[in-house]
Amino acid sequence: MTAAPLSLYAKRKGVYPKAIDGFYRRLKWVVMAVTLAIYWITPWLRWDRGPYAPDQAVLVDLAHRRFYMFAIEIWPHEFYYVAGLLVMAGVGLFLVTSAVGRAWCGYACPQTVWTDLYQHVERFIDGDRNAQIRLDKAPWSAGKIARRVAKWSIWLFIAFGTGGAWIFYFADAPTLQQQFWSGTAAPVAYATVAVLTATTFILGGFMREQVCIYMCPWPRIQTAMLDEKSLVVTYKYWRGEQRGSLKKSLAQPDAFGDCIDCDQCVAVCPTGIDIREGPQIGCITCALCVDACDKVMAQVGRPRGLIDYCTEDDATAEKAGRAPRPVIRSLLHVRTLVYLTLWSAVGVAMLFALGTRTRIDISAQQDRNPIAMRLSDGTVRNAFTVKLRNMESRPRPMRISAEGLAGVSLWTDRDGRADARAAIDTIVPSDSVAKLRIFLAAPANGPQREDFAFTVRATDREGGTASEPAHFERLQ
Amino acid sequence: MADPTKSKIDQHSGTPTMGHEWDGIEELDTPLPRWWLWTFYACILFSLGYVIAYPAWPLVNSYTKGMLGWSSRGDLARDMAAQAAKVAPIHRAIAATPIDQLPANAALMQAAVDGGRAAFKVHCVQCHGSGAAGSKGYPNLNDDDWLWGGDLVTIEKTIIDGVRNPDHAETRMSIMPAFGRDQLLQAAQVDDLVAHVRTISGQQKPDAASRRGGQLFADNCAVCHGPAGKGNRELGAPNLTDGIWLYGGDAESIHQTVWNSRQGVMPRWGDKLDPATVRMLAAYVHSLGGGEAAPVPVPVPVPTVAAAVDNGAAEATSDARQ
Ligand code: SF4
Ligand code: SF4
Repeated sequence: MTAAPLSLYAKRKGVYPKAIDGFYRRLKWVVMAVTLAIYWITPWLRWDRGPYAPDQAVLVDLAHRRFYMFAIEIWPHEFYYVAGLLVMAGVGLFLVTSAVGRAWCGYACPQTVWTDLYQHVERFIDGDRNAQIRLDKAPWSAGKIARRVAKWSIWLFIAFGTGGAWIFYFADAPTLQQQFWSGTAAPVAYATVAVLTATTFILGGFMREQVCIYMCPWPRIQTAMLDEKSLVVTYKYWRGEQRGSLKKSLAQPDAFGDCIDCDQCVAVCPTGIDIREGPQIGCITCALCVDACDKVMAQVGRPRGLIDYCTEDDATAEKAGRAPRPVIRSLLHVRTLVYLTLWSAVGVAMLFALGTRTRIDISAQQDRNPIAMRLSDGTVRNAFTVKLRNMESRPRPMRISAEGLAGVSLWTDRDGRADARAAIDTIVPSDSVAKLRIFLAAPANGPQREDFAFTVRATDREGGTASEPAHFERLQ
Repeated sequence: MADPTKSKIDQHSGTPTMGHEWDGIEELDTPLPRWWLWTFYACILFSLGYVIAYPAWPLVNSYTKGMLGWSSRGDLARDMAAQAAKVAPIHRAIAATPIDQLPANAALMQAAVDGGRAAFKVHCVQCHGSGAAGSKGYPNLNDDDWLWGGDLVTIEKTIIDGVRNPDHAETRMSIMPAFGRDQLLQAAQVDDLVAHVRTISGQQKPDAASRRGGQLFADNCAVCHGPAGKGNRELGAPNLTDGIWLYGGDAESIHQTVWNSRQGVMPRWGDKLDPATVRMLAAYVHSLGGGEAAPVPVPVPVPTVAAAVDNGAAEATSDARQ
């Protein structure tokens, strides 16, 4: 057999998913409402941190390099917490995948959620599947243009209201909103809103399932992670085949399976595939076809679940007439438990680290040029740039000393050597880094390189210390 | 390679194959999605616009300049001009603030120190080193020992007028006699003087030689270096009792110094740099750790250089003053 002449490029096949109601559809509604609500409301939550810090509960303050999340405040040098969160998100996806397959794709992925929302708008304006197909084929007319304009406007409005809301995570939301409407917000805010509105509009309105099929890496990773214990949406062909229309199967009950070939499962599929061809990359396991088929089965008086969530193992068992494993056991198999342990371990480790982290810190960088020099009284001087971090939202008094260096005296570039002393007191403003240039003088006789530690102690009631190892260098 | 005659429709996907196979593995000829093609066309359009707007094609001696007239050199020139315009008011403010009043304005002082650091890298590192640590004959500017004084005003004057500039009346000037070379002292006397200097700087124990040297010191050296050898900043005479030696504190180096004298020079910068830059350099040098708080008052009248000249330094000229 030779091939038909090839077309190099394939046009997107229109997908006009039909409205459906059912258990999974309602679940999708709930997840959409909850995820969009969390996304929308979060930046508007307030959280009192006292006079020196912003009162937005969740705030990524890029300008001041702080990340606030309720009681947690993260500094740039603590970025490993963010890395930890990303690790948790990654392992969390593995966990969800090994337990319930591509549930992320089917319910929670922004691409799915927005596409779903846009499809509802489409049905509201253009009508359901058949009306949409008719309208698409119809020549351009005033009515068609009116509908297109209406649909795209609503899409744009949603894109602006949801995609645009992203900026509120990066600045004080009420202030930014005011600035935004009065035209005084930073240009980057308008640019971000424009870009996110455009991408939401294009990806949710026009690209849709093509994002999942061509652009998103996740389906590829999924393919590698699915095994015989993963929940996938399965057409139970051993029960459905041989397909035949209701009339035929009623006439010859033994010759046909349960599938009446009504194509309802294809009609509702948001990615436009036929699940009866088996598991495939286009299936985001939204289970809308399960709802559709269940409805059909109820109408023709056959048991539900011809299409259903089912693991490969259960499918084999069912084919052989054995009972499938209880749901709880297929959810909690070894791989899931391993992921769960890993995920919790990262979470617990982070909580522990957060609970025990100190809120003051010191770092010292030695002047290298010259590293050591003689003073007129014969002692040797080293110089350091010392940074004190006060991560609390109030100014704190601190005392710096050089532990383990005999006969040392310290002074800063603000005072002179006349004020040299054993420890330096300073007040570090709230939520900031104080930079001090500190000179150390010590007797010339001693090892050429002597270890000591810069130690800072908060001298207020809460206290706390931190120290940083350093070397005192002498001339040869 | 692809062989259309062997192409066939793949059973599972319904997609044609490329027509070649290795060990039974065949390649599908899946068509590209159409939107990908549009993206490709859009890229081509963009690049056309880019070629028209920006420099793009190399020519024999030149290149196409583009409609926007952009160039990276132009960018740099603009950046430099913008930076110069940005710092101009700061430079004006620094030039307008007498240096002893600079520390009162912390921000301006910091700006001066930073500007001075940059200027130091251009004008001063050749002698004083990139870290201002100096070397033999070139003073370390980090330490707390100053030949001419370490407060802001004095440092600025030293930079403006330089040291031992023959053609400049205001320059820092002093001439140490070459006691050995010019036969002002006997060789043995020079040795005794060296022993005395080593003793007062705590490098060796007093002995007969150093005691003899003490008398020689009082007669020949005390007029500039002071009776106790503590130096005199009015004359740039170094303190001989501290731990810092511009030319080395070992017997050999001190002998060299007494025998031949040392006369380090420094250019005057007042006629080469603008006042703001000189002031910033002074602020930077002062900030290195040895800067002194205020001009050191001189409590006792200073012996003039003329006295030293009378004491035997025949060549010391009459403008060796102050
Ligand atoms: S095949 Fe079914 S589960 Fe998969 S995407 Fe389509 S409707 Fe959703
Ligand atoms: S909805 Fe169910 S009965 Fe209808 S075609 Fe799909 S699998 Fe068959």
